[in-house]
Amino acid sequence: MEKSVKKYFPLFVLPTLVAFLIAFLVPFLLGIVLSFCKFTTVTNATFVGISNYVKAFANEDFFNALWFTVKFTVVSVISVNVIAFVLALGLTKGIKGTNLFRTVFFMPNLIGGIVLGYIWQIIINGVLGHFGLTLSMDGKYGFWGLVVLMNWQLIGYMMIIYIAGLQNISPELIEAAKIDGATKLQTLFNVTIPMVMPSVTICLFLTLTNSFKLFDQNLALTQGGPAKSTTMLALDIYNTFYGRMGWEGVGQAKAVIFFIIVGVLAITQLVLTRRKEVEN
Amino acid sequence: MRIKKLTAVLLSAVMAVGMLAGCGGSDSGKEETGSVYYLNFKPEVAETWEKIAKDYTEETGVEVKVQTAAAGTYEQTLKSEIAKKDAPTLFQINGPIGLKSWKDYCADLSDTELYGQLLDQSMAVSDEDGVFGIPYVEEGYGIIYNNAIMEKYFALPDKAVDISSAEEIKNFDTLKAVVEDMQAKKADLGIDGVFASTSLKTGEDWRWQTHLANLPIYYEYKDDNVQDKEAVDFKYADNFKNIFDLYLNNSCTEPAKLGSKSVEDSMSEFALGKVAMVQNGNWGWGQVSGVDGNVVKEEDVKFLPIYTGVAGEENQGLCIGTENYFSINSHASEADQKASIDFITWLFNSDKGKAYITNDLGFIAPFNSFTEDEQPTDPLAKEVIRYMSDENLTNVSWNFVSFPSQNFKDMFGADLLSYAQGKMDWNTVKDNMVKNWAEEKAAIAE
Repeated sequence: MEKSVKKYFPLFVLPTLVAFLIAFLVPFLLGIVLSFCKFTTVTNATFVGISNYVKAFANEDFFNALWFTVKFTVVSVISVNVIAFVLALGLTKGIKGTNLFRTVFFMPNLIGGIVLGYIWQIIINGVLGHFGLTLSMDGKYGFWGLVVLMNWQLIGYMMIIYIAGLQNISPELIEAAKIDGATKLQTLFNVTIPMVMPSVTICLFLTLTNSFKLFDQNLALTQGGPAKSTTMLALDIYNTFYGRMGWEGVGQAKAVIFFIIVGVLAITQLVLTRRKEVEN
Repeated sequence: MRIKKLTAVLLSAVMAVGMLAGCGGSDSGKEETGSVYYLNFKPEVAETWEKIAKDYTEETGVEVKVQTAAAGTYEQTLKSEIAKKDAPTLFQINGPIGLKSWKDYCADLSDTELYGQLLDQSMAVSDEDGVFGIPYVEEGYGIIYNNAIMEKYFALPDKAVDISSAEEIKNFDTLKAVVEDMQAKKADLGIDGVFASTSLKTGEDWRWQTHLANLPIYYEYKDDNVQDKEAVDFKYADNFKNIFDLYLNNSCTEPAKLGSKSVEDSMSEFALGKVAMVQNGNWGWGQVSGVDGNVVKEEDVKFLPIYTGVAGEENQGLCIGTENYFSINSHASEADQKASIDFITWLFNSDKGKAYITNDLGFIAPFNSFTEDEQPTDPLAKEVIRYMSDENLTNVSWNFVSFPSQNFKDMFGADLLSYAQGKMDWNTVKDNMVKNWAEEKAAIAE
């Protein structure tokens, strides 16, 4: 059995590998090359050196977007994970209707970002309308709108991962803690949380990268308005690409910088939380 | 991130095809007759273009493929389509700024029959190297009004003005007097406000940051006798403010809520008879007539020029021009280029083609091959033609084609929103506009 798996390994891996090459690696490399070019179409580019990067770093919008994205990411990573974990704790206590609740909380995750964005735009504008306001009145409404949207969408998914982690903790451990006289809080912080660290690693990774790369929801909910105050990095890159003639390369340069930031953040986070994981 | 991924897939497909094309060489494949691939700009008439393509193929045997870019994504679609082996042979550019980015792909059209047939050859997009874009439709915008409501107002015994029809409105002061009096009597007239919502939602603000902004720029260019400027003074800013304030203060929507309104909202307010006026162009007729519960009668829909209080504006007409120019892909094979030119020549010269243009597409064609009866019949197009043929009026040309960038327009739109919300004073809006214009012109100049 194992032998035949080994024999056919190249064949089985081929479709995915081809897809990965065509859909990811080639455009990725092409993108890096293009970030050093001035171009209108991707097949007709002229090399311009690092001038695109110079323009990207001199671009105020880029840093405003970066700052906004960082703020958004910090707030939503914390809120999504705390709420998801609390829900997971509640839904592993065996209360009535657990399955129904789990399904309901998970469902928002099945709706696409653009649709979600428009739905929440209507809801939020409807609520703000009572106070004579709209989403476009001030960037803070867009910010909190995005946070609410992100929470609503991601909590269910993270909750499922936390539930799986919680169910993996052997009851003996909890029982032992109880016998040793640990309070509920002590059990939570000294037994439960260390035991679910692998789930925490995954959830943090997912929320961090998803928040940082957010695009659809941003485009649909606020379009970056008013006056670019709610433009996140991905949307800023998109706007740079199409906002000015001849600035396609600058957009591309921003995209490369963006990739590096996301990569560094994600790896740092993985390393940090992995250290905290304990052996079962 | 889904869009990004999709773009990535598209790009890689483009790349793969590009490599294949490189190996195959460009002269193989196509037969002598050539074929046409048109990338259509107007989604609202996509089906008509398909029909035209089919008809043309039946008549001549030349294959015509039509693809339509989704609304607001023409540049994006063109960028990816034109890099393919099977690239569009016929596409469109939006004016001199568009030519800057597409010049490598635009064939010289100065020898074509169609260029010779242009009523006004200066309308074409050209530079010292040749003619690269032929306008194929003329469009106009102004203030669309519902004459039924206007007549109701002018019949009121206590109206504050001494004119008796909307056609007598010839300058800003009269317009202002009428509008403000109508707003005060809106209950009697059965409307919620005189003007439809000044849609200032991000991405829905082009009627103000592009179309309305055209007027002060038009007058400034006219004073200096130029077509483009690296830096503007925005010296007619107060005129812009005149009309913009009038829109904001006499609307069915309070200014603070305008940031959530779209163009479609405004057009349906007009169609449902909730307002008497809306600023838009003749392309908007479909949006008015297509609204469920539409109460506006065809014969009541009229155009009024956008008066801003500039001296001598009694003779000002509508803003008439185009940002739709046909270009032929110079990278396509000779046969394909010829086939594409033949196709558009047929479209604007044969009876069948002309019928499609005027009746189905509703285009006002700027060519001498069209007689006076061969004009579209929808009420707004008829109004545009009426203004165009009025010798006493000077129509305002579309100078916004020289606006520096989308980025500039978006920033101006955002400032207008802040102004409407009361968060920014007019001088700041004005200063920002001047500053951004210069900066954006400089940014694209390199």
